[in-house]
Amino acid sequence: MADLPKADELFKSINYTPPSTGWMDTPVDTSPGNWCYPAKAEKLEYLGFPNPREWNPADVDWKLPENWQDIVHEGFKERLDKYRSLKVFMDICVRCGACADKCHFFIGSGDPKNMPVLRAELMRSIYRKDFTMAGKILSTLTGSRVMTEDVLKEWFIYFYQCTECRRCSLYCPYGIDTAEITMMARELLHLCGVNINWILEPVSNCNRTGNHLGIQPHAFKDIVDFMVDDIEEITGKRLNVPLNEKGHEVIFITPSGDVFADPGIYTFMGYLMLFDHIGLDYTLSTYASEGGNFGLFTSADMMKKLNAKMYAEADRLGAKWILGGECGHMWRVINQYMDTMNSELNTLEVPVSPITGTVFESARQTKMVHITEFTADLMKHNKLKLDPSRNDHIRATYHDSCNPARAMGLLDEPRYVIKNVVKNFFEMPEQTIREQTFCCAGGSGLNTDEIMEIRMRGGLPRGNALKAVQEQNDVNMLSCICAIDRATLPPLANYWAPGVDVCGVHELVGNALILDGEKERETDLRFNPLPGKEG
Amino acid sequence: MNALYSLVLVFALVLIALFGVGSAHMAGLFGTLLPYVAVAVFLVGFARKVICWAKSPVPFRIPTTAGQQKSLDFIQHDRFDNPVTPGQTFIRMVLEVCCFRTLFRNTKVELRDGRVTYASSKFLWLFSLLFHYSFLLIVIRHMRLFFEPVPECIAFVEMIDGIMQIGVPRLYMSDLLILAGLGFLLGRRLQDPKLRYISLVTDYFPLLLIIGIALSGIYMRYFAHVDIMAIKKLTMGLVTFSPVIPAGISVVFYIHLFLVCVLLVYFPFSKLMHAGGVFLSPTRNMPNDTRINHHENPWNDPNIKPHSYEAYEDEFREPMIEAGLPVDKKA
Repeated sequence: MADLPKADELFKSINYTPPSTGWMDTPVDTSPGNWCYPAKAEKLEYLGFPNPREWNPADVDWKLPENWQDIVHEGFKERLDKYRSLKVFMDICVRCGACADKCHFFIGSGDPKNMPVLRAELMRSIYRKDFTMAGKILSTLTGSRVMTEDVLKEWFIYFYQCTECRRCSLYCPYGIDTAEITMMARELLHLCGVNINWILEPVSNCNRTGNHLGIQPHAFKDIVDFMVDDIEEITGKRLNVPLNEKGHEVIFITPSGDVFADPGIYTFMGYLMLFDHIGLDYTLSTYASEGGNFGLFTSADMMKKLNAKMYAEADRLGAKWILGGECGHMWRVINQYMDTMNSELNTLEVPVSPITGTVFESARQTKMVHITEFTADLMKHNKLKLDPSRNDHIRATYHDSCNPARAMGLLDEPRYVIKNVVKNFFEMPEQTIREQTFCCAGGSGLNTDEIMEIRMRGGLPRGNALKAVQEQNDVNMLSCICAIDRATLPPLANYWAPGVDVCGVHELVGNALILDGEKERETDLRFNPLPGKEG
Repeated sequence: MNALYSLVLVFALVLIALFGVGSAHMAGLFGTLLPYVAVAVFLVGFARKVICWAKSPVPFRIPTTAGQQKSLDFIQHDRFDNPVTPGQTFIRMVLEVCCFRTLFRNTKVELRDGRVTYASSKFLWLFSLLFHYSFLLIVIRHMRLFFEPVPECIAFVEMIDGIMQIGVPRLYMSDLLILAGLGFLLGRRLQDPKLRYISLVTDYFPLLLIIGIALSGIYMRYFAHVDIMAIKKLTMGLVTFSPVIPAGISVVFYIHLFLVCVLLVYFPFSKLMHAGGVFLSPTRNMPNDTRINHHENPWNDPNIKPHSYEAYEDEFREPMIEAGLPVDKKA
């Protein structure tokens, strides 16, 4: 963080004019700051990943396996045969450039290899050489090249500068999805043991302890107890929070980020207060204590393995359906992968809200409902006692996380919830919200500090939009429904729009909820005095 | 540089046809054999490519959702940007293929006064649409060369295309519009530094080739006034599989035809296959309904199991008991 330039200096340094050398002749910069720390050998060993070793991306020698070129070639071939998406996306790009200025990393850096089209070309150039007749015969004319160690290094640098946010796919006339290409590239890199610790450590933790942070069951219980204490201090009510209990109707699963750190913990308190308020028959689980899935950023197999826990635990505890917390990529996995991967473990029933009787038809197959869908339905049926004036000190805007926006379409439910509990709500500029939303620049496992400058550059579009509503409407709170956002947006806001805080939607709900038999509240969930109670 | 290579290539092709027919008198080769070969390569190549794509399964439903999902009754579902039924998905695809709906969304980023700005940028959409639809009209118009008598619908398209009634022979709008479209697409590639940076020979070549086709066609019709009856004899010979080379056909025709043949041969092996690929794009051609209906992945591996609860409890049983958490086994 020490050598991070000031925001205005960084802004001035952005130049969209490409370098004078062609992209194949521009060497990749592997100096520190351009990459996340490599995965520790013991994590790879635990997960059974190939080529565990100590290595440093700044070194010339990356200690690749002897036959790494064959490994990549065979892996590429296998994935072309398994994924129509990869095959089609390798073939049909016309390089129209519609995606070029849609990527937050390109907007903030000006590095042409951050244009989605060129990011994919890094891989397509190899595809053309290895798998197409034209590329084999007419190398230079078709933009083909041979797989060398430098190309592999380029892949590592640039496919870990893509947050798989899919904004480019929204603007591509053929729907070419760089996220899909990035996933494949990362899988190929894994085959050679080239990967980052910030992803593989959470993955191995999640496998062993049930959550990314490695919180063990007794520690998890302690954390929940702390929150129960805090809620009691604020409301005068002591809540009962079931853990690992059998025979409840609902199992609630949320990202572990919500139990671990500020500001996620306030969102978690909001969930608990909501469940108490409506008398929901639910349990949490320490074994399935993670909604997020860093397997999505690793490989299809790892994603399936980590996701399977949710159904397995719901079955073991005899729950009828699953309620899911506020998390971005968790919901991408649930919406687009979960049932396909793990339906054989699913023993649940079609979700019905026990409070309103609403049948969640849109979750008929997965049996899993998003908390904002659930809460919006409660609000529509007037089942919640709310006092929105308790949020009068908050002037909120809302950040659509990439995955709920572009891999699900959850846009209006959270807004409906927010508008019911906050009087002062303002939207950011329309090209930066809803399906056009900009990433926090820390998704897909890149929310690590060693690439802070890359993150701040990638965070420019979101930061700029935030600054706009801060200046126009005095916005002081950026709400969101994603745990990674809650970890990545505070430094981003601090850098680009200092003075704006970050919160989850259910923190705002928790503030507004009037619990049965609660005392008169003096503070919000952060122990800040409520409006009119400052004295 | 890549643009120059492509220009040289296209000129070379023109010269091949010019000398091949004009000096070497190989009209038979250029007028009958090559078109047959080209059409065969095009059809077989196109089909092979599509079959090759279709052979790979679609393991997951990964539509890009561009609007509000279907959820609660009181929340307006964006049916065509986030479809959940095959019918809605069909409409999304129709809008995509026929109206270039995605390109209509396009914006342009600029940095101004310390801000990132996003301006609407619909020129790419407009000129792409002009180019593609003019191309379609021209292809349909050309069908009159392969039918005797000419079907009503083709005559109608021709009438519409020349409805302005300017000049003799009547000016076709599509001739002007295709040049406008191509000119814009080429100019954009050359003028925008980002685009110039990513453009390969294979990006300029098809543009210049089609410009060559259009210009040679325009020259034939408006300036050289070629013998259209003789040409129709040749084309009818081709479709009735009794090829003839009538006398008196200008060499410009053979240049035009040769460039078209090259385009047909080039097509299946190039990015031009986006014409087929767009229909197979998994982010556009599937409903967003995997929470509602099961999607089967043919290679889903049933052997991948989660780290079991039993193993988890075995590792943490003691502290769990100590913390008062329920356990399945006491020891």
